[in-house]
Amino acid sequence: MREEIIVSGRMNHLIDPQLHIWNWQIPLYLFLGGLAAGILFFAALYSILHKEKEFPTAVKLAPFITPVLLALGLLALFIDLHHKLYFWRLYTTLRLQSPMSWGAWTLMIVTPLSLIWCALNIKILFPKWDWKYKWLYQLEAFFRKHQMPLAWMMLISSLILGVYTGILLSAFNARPLWNTSILGPLFLTSGLSTGAAAIVLMSKNAAERLTFARIDLMLIGIELFLIIHMFMGFLASTQVHIDAASLFLGGAYTVPFWLFVVTLGLAIPALLELLEIRKFHMPYFIAPVMVIIGGLIFRFIIVYAGQASRWLY
Amino acid sequence: MRYAMAVDTRKCVGCSDCVVACQTENNVPIGFCRDWVVEVTDGTYPNLEAEIRSERCNHCDNSPCVRCCPTGASHYAEGGVVLVTPEKCIGCGACIASCPYDARYPHPDGYVDKCTFCLENRVKKGLNPACVSVCPTKCMYFGDLDDPNSPVSKILKNRKYKTLIPEAGTNPQLYFLI
Repeated sequence: MREEIIVSGRMNHLIDPQLHIWNWQIPLYLFLGGLAAGILFFAALYSILHKEKEFPTAVKLAPFITPVLLALGLLALFIDLHHKLYFWRLYTTLRLQSPMSWGAWTLMIVTPLSLIWCALNIKILFPKWDWKYKWLYQLEAFFRKHQMPLAWMMLISSLILGVYTGILLSAFNARPLWNTSILGPLFLTSGLSTGAAAIVLMSKNAAERLTFARIDLMLIGIELFLIIHMFMGFLASTQVHIDAASLFLGGAYTVPFWLFVVTLGLAIPALLELLEIRKFHMPYFIAPVMVIIGGLIFRFIIVYAGQASRWLY
Repeated sequence: MRYAMAVDTRKCVGCSDCVVACQTENNVPIGFCRDWVVEVTDGTYPNLEAEIRSERCNHCDNSPCVRCCPTGASHYAEGGVVLVTPEKCIGCGACIASCPYDARYPHPDGYVDKCTFCLENRVKKGLNPACVSVCPTKCMYFGDLDDPNSPVSKILKNRKYKTLIPEAGTNPQLYFLI
């Protein structure tokens, strides 16, 4: 048998023997960003469609958690930086070829939008809320008057946020597992799915819960389709891509991926949602909780497995 | 101008002098290296072949690290040399994840560090990079590819060579004579 043995004198911290520069902070952020994008997308969508009355949770209540999610995500990103005090350098330039630069600027747009959205609906949480200053009332009136363009901006920027969490990884050709353009749509779908699940969890309205269970079921179907396509693409590609896919097809990530992500995070919640739609009564929170945990584990597995996949030479 | 380096795998004995010279010249923190030696044994016993390579950043023409950098800290300097400006680097690790050669590492001070071809401290003064100048077997060649009389141009004209992972599409500028 022909063998090739490579001995390298390099042992750099966080690089060797296997890349592990990105730890828990990145997958956590990708998850929180995707979840926030999902919630904001549905809020904007149903606001544009004038369905606030039918879907009060999606349009008005659920967006209250998005500034918190985004703030936690940004905190995780900040903790990840090795040269923390220079973080502001992200905002002295816009680099069109760098997905991370796109992401930084998208967050700069999405976060204030989510805060404005919450401010417009603050009386739902605090009925006696008083803005105290006249200029704050004027500001609120201004945004309320322009709520439609605001919703459109939120719709588009939340889609960019959701898809960018995947593109961020797919731009790295050095890591064959990440280097697939499916990852953008896949992370977006997963983000929308976790967003729909979060709305189901928060909603007290049975009809709204049922609609979002239907939406989530459709999104899970798309996600499974994209996952299958991802593996088809890998297996029909070069040796490094086949090696990347084999991490999930017999390799170290096989059990966590197929058990926790595909079975417990997608297939079983889809089945539960299907049963609920068919009017079988069961605790409504089980399926969305499984979807959300599955989405979180999915980000962790992709970020860690991607760093284990590489070009061999 | 296009700076490049060639390493003669038939002359290199893997002594790691280049590694130590680089660490000394560039104050590389203890435990890290900007260049390193790789030994590859290939074949079927008893017909084995060994190749020893002194590796470092490939200063690619199409650098994924420069493309991925969100702040412009990673950039092309004179002669296509890929450098990092520490005052612009936020230490996000995108360039580290983007490099197929894993040639970068996070400096303990926070910014990302890598081989500079000794551009500022030696090459601009007319000297060879530290690794090239100390090599006891003189297996490394450095210079400007646009100058037909540079050592690297001359040796690439007369010898067979390869680059590492050309299929990654980075157009590396570190040549290995075979």
